[in-house]
Amino acid sequence: MSRHFKEAVIKGIFAAFAFVSVLTLALIVVFLFREGIPIFKEVSVSNFIFGKEWYPTYDPPSYGIWPLIIGSAVVTLFSSLLAVPLGVLSAVYIAEIAPSSIRDIAKSIIELLAGIPSVVLGFFGMVVVAPFLQETFDLPTGLNIVNASVILAIMAVPTISSISEDALYAVPQEFKDASYALGATKYETIIKVIIPAALSGISTAVILGMARAIGETMVVLMVAGGAAAVPESIFDSVRPMPASIAAEMGEAPFGGGHYHALFATGIVLFMLTLIFNLIADYISRKFREVGSATL
Amino acid sequence: MQAVLRASMTWRYFKQKVFFSIVSLSALIIALALGGLIVYIMVHGVSVISWDFLVLPPTDSMTKGGIMPAILGTLYLTVGAIAVALPLGVVSAVYLAEYAKQGKFVRLIRIGINCLAGVPSVVFGLFGLGFFVVFLQFGSCILSGALTLGILILPTIIGASEEALKAVPQTFREASLALGVSKWQTIYKIVLPSALPGILTGSILGIGRAAGETAPIMFTAAAFFTAKLPGSIFDEVMALPYHIYVLATAGTNIEATRPIQYGTVLVLVALVLGIDLIAIVIRSYMRKKKRW
Repeated sequence: MSRHFKEAVIKGIFAAFAFVSVLTLALIVVFLFREGIPIFKEVSVSNFIFGKEWYPTYDPPSYGIWPLIIGSAVVTLFSSLLAVPLGVLSAVYIAEIAPSSIRDIAKSIIELLAGIPSVVLGFFGMVVVAPFLQETFDLPTGLNIVNASVILAIMAVPTISSISEDALYAVPQEFKDASYALGATKYETIIKVIIPAALSGISTAVILGMARAIGETMVVLMVAGGAAAVPESIFDSVRPMPASIAAEMGEAPFGGGHYHALFATGIVLFMLTLIFNLIADYISRKFREVGSATL
Repeated sequence: MQAVLRASMTWRYFKQKVFFSIVSLSALIIALALGGLIVYIMVHGVSVISWDFLVLPPTDSMTKGGIMPAILGTLYLTVGAIAVALPLGVVSAVYLAEYAKQGKFVRLIRIGINCLAGVPSVVFGLFGLGFFVVFLQFGSCILSGALTLGILILPTIIGASEEALKAVPQTFREASLALGVSKWQTIYKIVLPSALPGILTGSILGIGRAAGETAPIMFTAAAFFTAKLPGSIFDEVMALPYHIYVLATAGTNIEATRPIQYGTVLVLVALVLGIDLIAIVIRSYMRKKKRW
């Protein structure tokens, strides 16, 4: 066998392996749709998405996931209110302010926090945060939007922090030097030069952090309370989409309307996170730093 | 004039001080959150841990006994997941880092990997249910769960391996090629060994992730209780994360099993963070020892 031929074969095999990721993604789409589409024989797409009543086990059942979508949106939004400042500022600390000895420790802490299993954080929310909220605010239950948002924020912080940190590091040294040479303080340099220059990377970080929060399952399953209704206060219980899927799949009769409805909810969830990821991908590509010559 | 200037400088440094305090505070909050969490788990879990807790199965409808089947199940699932993801991931990374040229095909692969990395864990669970459990008729078992977890950690492994490969200096490759060695042999004998520590770190982090995931195994592998230990890869298993979830939410006697919940949480956290710490230590050791 000629050497060139052998090399070409190896390259081909490697390419095929690399293509498995694409194939898997395609399979995920195919099987979500295969199991989810049948529900639209029973309910129209718009009634499914905007329907306000999620009673999948009633007779006749009602498959409206609007309360679940709102549930997901609310906890994601509130968690980012906490996670974005914490994540971005901690990235500024690590990249610009911390002495190098502390920097490595701080990075490890972020990494370890990212490693805590979600079920453990959910458990923590149940046994610590929930009783605290219940007593402090005199609530019927501590399993609610606030609890879920706080715990989700803890999950999203490492994503936001580590990606923002990479963006901050990528800012060319000349930018900082130029700013200092003009007499700017370190604070002014960070706020007016470094952060604006890293903004696209920070935006990517925020979007990916939010995508993480939308798709996170165990936390919302354990601490959001599980009420499938549009909430009226931040102390109301909600049932975000992942929680609904995880909680009900075990009881949904295989091949029935409920089963298909949960897969269709999975399609909506998948589409949402896909959009978030594609936007993040677009921003990081479009506004990529190409070096100091571009400014 | 000078007084005005001095006042302005004082003001500017004051603002800087305030800003630095806020920034340091946010980093401190994160450290305290992690520290508080770990201390809380230790305090409540340590008294439950005993040799029996680790080596006995649950008894008296889960309220007594140990968690050995769950530890074993998590071990099986994790080993299975890494056996799926490591070869696939490393080969994919070699292709992307060493062979691929900019083009539509590579762009497609990269988008695929990025999107795969963003798929919510519960959607992996749905996919595992629809594909492995139902379509391929594996049923809810170790095999289905390990395959689902394997594709879940695939993007992590590809990312880490590619980064490690790219960190190998170009001169290594050039030196080898200049000696007349073929490209494949260069990769196999020169590039991969140099990238090994980085690949290892990424894989270890992947293992930690797989061990802690709950949603992907809920419908594909995990059982609340199995009377016997699994005999083949087509059996259902108990798993640590699922054990915690079920005992804390759906058990008939949530308060009575509380100590066991704390103990299981401690075992899982120690396992996952232990794995992560090993990866972090290996990486910083390798960075210091780096020859290039």
